[in-house]
Amino acid sequence: MKKSLGPVAFAICCAPLAWLAFQIATSGLGANPVEAVIDDLGYVAFVLLALTLACTPAQLVLGWNWPIRIRRMLGDFCFFYACLHMLTYTVIDQGLDFGGIATDVLKHRFVFLGMATWLLLLPLAVTSTHGWQRRLGFRRWKRLHRLVYVAGGLASFHFLLRFKTPRVETLAWMSVVIALLLVRVVAAVRRRATMVQSP
Amino acid sequence: MRSSEVTPKALYVRRREFLKLGAGSALALSLPAFGRAKVEHGAKLPGVRANPSYALAEEKKTPFEDVTTYNNFYELGTDKSDPSENAGKLQTRPWTVSVEGEVGKPRKWDIDEILKAFPAEERVYRLRCVEAWSMVIPWDGFPLADFLKKHEPTSRAKYVAFETVVQPQLPGIKGYAGIPFPYLEGLRIDEATHPLTLLVTGLYGEALPNQDGAPIRVVIPWKYGFKSAKSIVKIKLQETQPSTTWSQYAANEYGFYANVNPDVDHPRWTQSKERRIGEILRRKTLLFNGYPEVASLYAGMDLRKFY
Repeated sequence: MKKSLGPVAFAICCAPLAWLAFQIATSGLGANPVEAVIDDLGYVAFVLLALTLACTPAQLVLGWNWPIRIRRMLGDFCFFYACLHMLTYTVIDQGLDFGGIATDVLKHRFVFLGMATWLLLLPLAVTSTHGWQRRLGFRRWKRLHRLVYVAGGLASFHFLLRFKTPRVETLAWMSVVIALLLVRVVAAVRRRATMVQSP
Repeated sequence: MRSSEVTPKALYVRRREFLKLGAGSALALSLPAFGRAKVEHGAKLPGVRANPSYALAEEKKTPFEDVTTYNNFYELGTDKSDPSENAGKLQTRPWTVSVEGEVGKPRKWDIDEILKAFPAEERVYRLRCVEAWSMVIPWDGFPLADFLKKHEPTSRAKYVAFETVVQPQLPGIKGYAGIPFPYLEGLRIDEATHPLTLLVTGLYGEALPNQDGAPIRVVIPWKYGFKSAKSIVKIKLQETQPSTTWSQYAANEYGFYANVNPDVDHPRWTQSKERRIGEILRRKTLLFNGYPEVASLYAGMDLRKFY
């Protein structure tokens, strides 16, 4: 069971990509397949971001230790899907029209938020290895990786602005991200309180 | 095998084009279309003739399957696939259309009386959605101007307001769609009586599918799609500019005029380009959606201000 956790998680993380490939191959994405691919990739990246954020709260609240063991994999897969999402937008949707992309990013807050999230995830993905953890020192590494909450916030607003009216689904995911952050804030406050009380 | 089960050639060819760009095309071509929703066809409309002035021969028509499965119709749900999936929930008979307000002859029509009194002709129009996708659709209908004339608008009829049906069993009405209902739209009287403005009762020579706004809707081809109100129950002529659903919901994003304009962006995305359904790369959006004949309606107006 313990040994199989990694491979099982890996397979689950690959499943959305396999599903999308199958849908593309069988024209299952409807009238606007490019839009569907971008939407689906973004959605998977967002869910993986939320799952990555859920690992520590799962330990704090439920006492589960196993999610921590796959946290880095979840984070890396989140970045992988975010890259595919961003590349589908730049290469296929915008046809590599760099002028148009630059204007789009700077002028439209929806696109800006998406690109900002991706840029924020980039250093986190690069420094996700043990080597980088050692090089930076654990404290500094940890502080850097708290940026993932900023990424979660930006991604939530990006997701919200995707639709003409706010969707129940999007608001629910936003609440999940806020709840996960709250768990950590409460835990940190408690930890500080106990440290002060017992010198 | 019924003809409706045959994949139209246009769609088939389009699928191949997409696959050529996508990965694993060799395998893909050997697979049947798994994911596509089956589309029901409506009753053939009798005696519809194509109007050669609006044939739009240079444009490739968007396949029936796409026109009827990729829709915005919030009363039937907010996802693009919801309207076709929930189409059966909309009751289109009995149906009345009330014409009221600043008219000499107000009248409450039964829809079948309208269908009999106003024979439809086919016109192929471009449709540009505010979400930056577009289609080319052979509509069946008649000019709104002809319909309004029958009711003798008074000199105070400066605007036309449209109201869409509210039926309690519809998922958007029952649940949460984010916008208030009934859906309201409106036009200036000169826009409403422009020869391009059509009251539509069918598409592809068939009775209008529910998800496309059955039994009667308006189509204004030079404006973003949301102006073309669906499933109309009331047409009111009035002296003041009517309030419209999307401009009330977010005035900075959707204006009363909503003319297709590549130079005026939506705050969240660009309007300079659009994806024609069936194509991969975006194409340039045309001012007034490629209907320059309407430009005179807006002479002297700042289109950035009156978006």
